[in-house]
Amino acid sequence: MGINRREFIKLAGLSTLFGLGGKAAWELLRPGQLEAALTAAPKPLTAKRWAMVVDMRKLDEATAKRCIEVCHRIHNVPNFAKPKNPKDAVSPEEQVRWEVKWIWLEHFHNAFPGMDQPHMAERLQHMNFLLLCNHCDNPPCVRVCPTKATFRREDGVVMMDMHRCIGCRYCMAGCPFSARSFNWRDPRPFVQQEYPDYPTREPGMVEKCDFCAKLLAKGQMPACVVESQGALIFGDLADETSPVREALKNNFAIRRKPFLGTNPQVYYIV
Amino acid sequence: MLEYALIGSRRYYALVGVLLLFILVGAFFYLKQLQFGLGLTGMGRDVSWGFYIAQLTYLVGVAASAVMVVLPYYLHNYKAFGRITVLGEFLAVASVTMCLLFVIVDLGRPDRMFNIIKYPTPNSVLFWDMIVLNTYLFLNIVIGWVVLEAEKNQVAPPKWVKPLIYLSIPWAPSIHTVTAFLYAGLPGRGYWLTAIMAPRFLSSAFAAGPALLILLALLVRKYTKFDPGREQIQTLAKIVTYAIIVNVFFFFCEIFTVFYSQIPDHMLHFKYLFQGIEGKGRLVPWMWFSIVFMTIAALLMVIPRVRQNETTLALTCGLIILTTWIDKGLGLMTGGFVPNPLEKVVEYWPTMPELFITLGVYGIGFLILTVLYKVAVTVKEEIGA
Repeated sequence: MGINRREFIKLAGLSTLFGLGGKAAWELLRPGQLEAALTAAPKPLTAKRWAMVVDMRKLDEATAKRCIEVCHRIHNVPNFAKPKNPKDAVSPEEQVRWEVKWIWLEHFHNAFPGMDQPHMAERLQHMNFLLLCNHCDNPPCVRVCPTKATFRREDGVVMMDMHRCIGCRYCMAGCPFSARSFNWRDPRPFVQQEYPDYPTREPGMVEKCDFCAKLLAKGQMPACVVESQGALIFGDLADETSPVREALKNNFAIRRKPFLGTNPQVYYIV
Repeated sequence: MLEYALIGSRRYYALVGVLLLFILVGAFFYLKQLQFGLGLTGMGRDVSWGFYIAQLTYLVGVAASAVMVVLPYYLHNYKAFGRITVLGEFLAVASVTMCLLFVIVDLGRPDRMFNIIKYPTPNSVLFWDMIVLNTYLFLNIVIGWVVLEAEKNQVAPPKWVKPLIYLSIPWAPSIHTVTAFLYAGLPGRGYWLTAIMAPRFLSSAFAAGPALLILLALLVRKYTKFDPGREQIQTLAKIVTYAIIVNVFFFFCEIFTVFYSQIPDHMLHFKYLFQGIEGKGRLVPWMWFSIVFMTIAALLMVIPRVRQNETTLALTCGLIILTTWIDKGLGLMTGGFVPNPLEKVVEYWPTMPELFITLGVYGIGFLILTVLYKVAVTVKEEIGA
């Protein structure tokens, strides 16, 4: 004979009471410690409109590559050229097709098509520009997504909910900057060392740069900005005194394909 | 009436068997794709939609073209089409089903597909495409079936079906318009960013769909006791003629705007398709074949003797189906994605598994078509139509 319904409810009620008493138990055993742990969490960084300025005068290629490296490492972005196990190696053609990238390098005429000129400053012609999601103010990817899996936050960060994405890839067709990547296959065998603070992915959904939203929430700057030694400036575009506004006030900056009306929020000082 | 589909000639069973085989092979490769991911296809980060979505686009057109038999009959009281409206509607049912299946096989996470309904997003054209396609499927199943049943019982169709029929008439162009809007509103894809996309879709649809219907009608006449009728086929042929001429005209409108304006973003895609860029031009022979023979077919259809001879008509219709398919089922997708937004040329070609999955979906569509046509034709034979 098991317990009857009445007894079950009693037991369940009692255990709930104990469950609720968890905090009280902490208070008894180690007074104050729980509050301390809660308040010690740093304040998140907030802004009305996050934006980034890439100062190409200060960004040398080695630094740029380090920015890419750290971004891809802490976001578990696979490198299909480097499988963990050599038997998983894929062909160069598949590496191109399946490539996942959040931040990468590109020549001027690829980064700014239509803006290159016959006799451009030589310095620019060979310069590698650091590209990432533009976190457009008027993002076409958000407009086309049929499930709101990609959405624009109040502070301007264009986010991806990889748990909601159905993998229709409409956003990839919509993005004029090739900033989005799809998981064409299981990426895990190509993630050198799993970074515990960010989930790895399964096949079938889209991903992209999220301005390190997780770090911002912890009060830290985006990883590439930290790594860039001042070449990448990140801040609140709505705040006149912010470093991004300072940089834009004092320098002429360009944006990728501004004529498309997506209003990109990554600026380039050349 | 569905029991009519269970009893048939040997040839009928053989056809069903072959289609089932296609479906089985397709299902096998689809399971592999589910396991591995869409990397099994030729798609990649640069050409992120391929063969599947291209077939969807083509078949939406075939489905929409049912209106070309429904409209003259119900709005202009063109009695002759009364004999074949059900053939048009059932063709639409099979085509729309294939469209929906092509969307599903293209999804990275089909297990989450109901997120489209769970989180309805009216600003996404895909959301509307889902609505119009499903409604159109529903309309055509109901209308086709109810009217056929009334015909079988030799009574007038119930009154409630009339409003549905009238609704289905504007609904047909709407499905292809919405499908064109999937592409035509994207910034930074010069090949698709054109207001003539929806009209072009409709003109090629109203050529390819009735052309297919003509071939099906000829097959029905050859292999069953039901004759869809010479007048019906000739009227369809005229519809095909006008539509294919308009389609060729629209193509040259596009060419004029793109090449007279000389705007590189728009020219590059045509250059890739018809000339190749940096020595990469896998689609060049296909595209030339498509436009040259589409134009020839349009001219042939103008000649009364070609149209009136059912053999030359069938051949020309076949040519129209093929050339419009190349244009929409091959060129449209790849042309939009190559060169990519960074003006790099990464080419696309479907892989074997991708082709088998596509054939599997076509197998399902043609099985539905076969079964529905079997039912319709048996009814027509019974009442001695």
